[in-house]
Amino acid sequence: MFEEIKRKELLLLWKDFPQVAKYITNYGINIPESSGMSLEDYLNNISEETYEEIGIDRISLLVNIEGFVEKSEASTSVEDNIESITIIGGYDKSGNKEDIEFELTVGSITGIVGPTGSGKSRLLADIEWMADKDTPTGRQILINGKIADKKSRFDPQKKLVAQLSQNMNFVMDASVGEFIQMHAESRFVTNADKAVKEVICNANKLAGESFSESVPLTSLSGGQSRALMIADVAFLSSSPIILIDEIENAGIDRKMALSLLVDKEKIVLISTHDPMLALLADKRIVIRNGGISQIIQTSKEEISILSKLENLDNKVQSLRNQLRRGEKIKF
Amino acid sequence: MKLITFAGPPSSGKTSVLLKLINEINHTSKKAGVIKFDCLYANEAKEFEKIGVPVKIGLSGGICPDHFFVSNIQEGIEWGIKQRLDFLFTESAGLCNRCSPHIKDILAVCVIDNLMGMETPKKIGPMLRMADIVVITKSDIVSQAEREVFAFRVMQANIKAKLLFVNGISGQGSNELLSLVSEAIDTITLDGSRLRFSMPAALCSYCLGETKVGSEYQVGNIKKIDF
Repeated sequence: MFEEIKRKELLLLWKDFPQVAKYITNYGINIPESSGMSLEDYLNNISEETYEEIGIDRISLLVNIEGFVEKSEASTSVEDNIESITIIGGYDKSGNKEDIEFELTVGSITGIVGPTGSGKSRLLADIEWMADKDTPTGRQILINGKIADKKSRFDPQKKLVAQLSQNMNFVMDASVGEFIQMHAESRFVTNADKAVKEVICNANKLAGESFSESVPLTSLSGGQSRALMIADVAFLSSSPIILIDEIENAGIDRKMALSLLVDKEKIVLISTHDPMLALLADKRIVIRNGGISQIIQTSKEEISILSKLENLDNKVQSLRNQLRRGEKIKF
Repeated sequence: MKLITFAGPPSSGKTSVLLKLINEINHTSKKAGVIKFDCLYANEAKEFEKIGVPVKIGLSGGICPDHFFVSNIQEGIEWGIKQRLDFLFTESAGLCNRCSPHIKDILAVCVIDNLMGMETPKKIGPMLRMADIVVITKSDIVSQAEREVFAFRVMQANIKAKLLFVNGISGQGSNELLSLVSEAIDTITLDGSRLRFSMPAALCSYCLGETKVGSEYQVGNIKKIDF
């Protein structure tokens, strides 16, 4: 493919591989739409001085273009889907063995509980790093039952864990639509416009108050931001695992958010001490002294507590809506 | 001794990442030291000394910090060897975005942060494009989507680099960074080594202290905008 692109006449390059032409312009090189020259000849004709000015040499530029072409090809080919992640125990902070091996499968929700500093972040870091007994805990992580390729540790498109937390904010100066478009393009999505509509439509189903795609990202409310982040992760993130680190209860339907992620076949991990959120998980991992001390299945009794909590929460939500509508509140 | 060059725009988190990384090294039997290159002001020496790390500060003042860096690096290595270091990190701030401090065969790290804006990876020259490892900081406060787009843009600027997210406050990712920098080769001297890319050129009348404005005062390497 790269050989073909190198020989392309510039006008045809713009026509057949606009992403590649656009990519080269990122380096401050103007690719004219007609000159009769092939890309390779065109780049060969640029003077050494010009390369020095723009801060890259010709060979490195060609290497980067080739890499870019490979990445965009790889992203459109069908990759091995991740079905499960296996965690094989290592050691806790005192050196005691974690006698544990368990599997997280797509479409499951698992809680992670334990006091601050107990080692929750370390467990997630082990998963993200695809630990192979080479982290302080000595844990091993298997992907689809196999040891992962070490190279994918540094490839941003193969990151295992996408994160969502209530400390996160949108900081970019762009409208919702523009930004989601940008994200879709970076994932080489073929029909970016459709993806943008899908994300925004689903985010609006989760958000208490709806928003349009022309709104600036930074002016979304907390709940709207979180709703957009979740819908975006569900539709556009390549990571199979979604870690939710406490999300606020206001302005977003958390239950619907989780079921969206489950429907999109994500492996959902929730680090929370909010009972309404924690009880939505099928089971929860208890972390103590840097190690996994036990795994608790959510019992029938706990699920019945959940429905009571939900009734209570619905009540509070309705009061919130009454306030929003400018009414007097009734309980 | 393993020499590793750390470079990145001001306030991107170079020092924080280095402190966390050296903290990891201090848990092993290895010894690390730092040479910090800056222009006008650097008060980080205390922070390194607090964790028992030998540190040297070099202020370039009125000279291009890149040129200052390369004219001092050989002596820096000799200092590091005398201190019996296993790891010597140089830290330098990329100020003009065309900075090019990386040396062939010496492990090169570029530190940039998620808050710099989506166009920044395009604007940084050899400092980012020629690095072996790109560390991205401040990931815990921006959305996953912005992180992914930013990482994609970094990857576009430097396809070959290994990309790593490190949190300069909690230290998350520093253990992983240590496993990468441990692969650096041992360096005894840089005599005869080459930079990966030419540094920004200068040497015009203003380099030599001219302060007057106007064409007649401009001599030497002068470049004009085509208005």
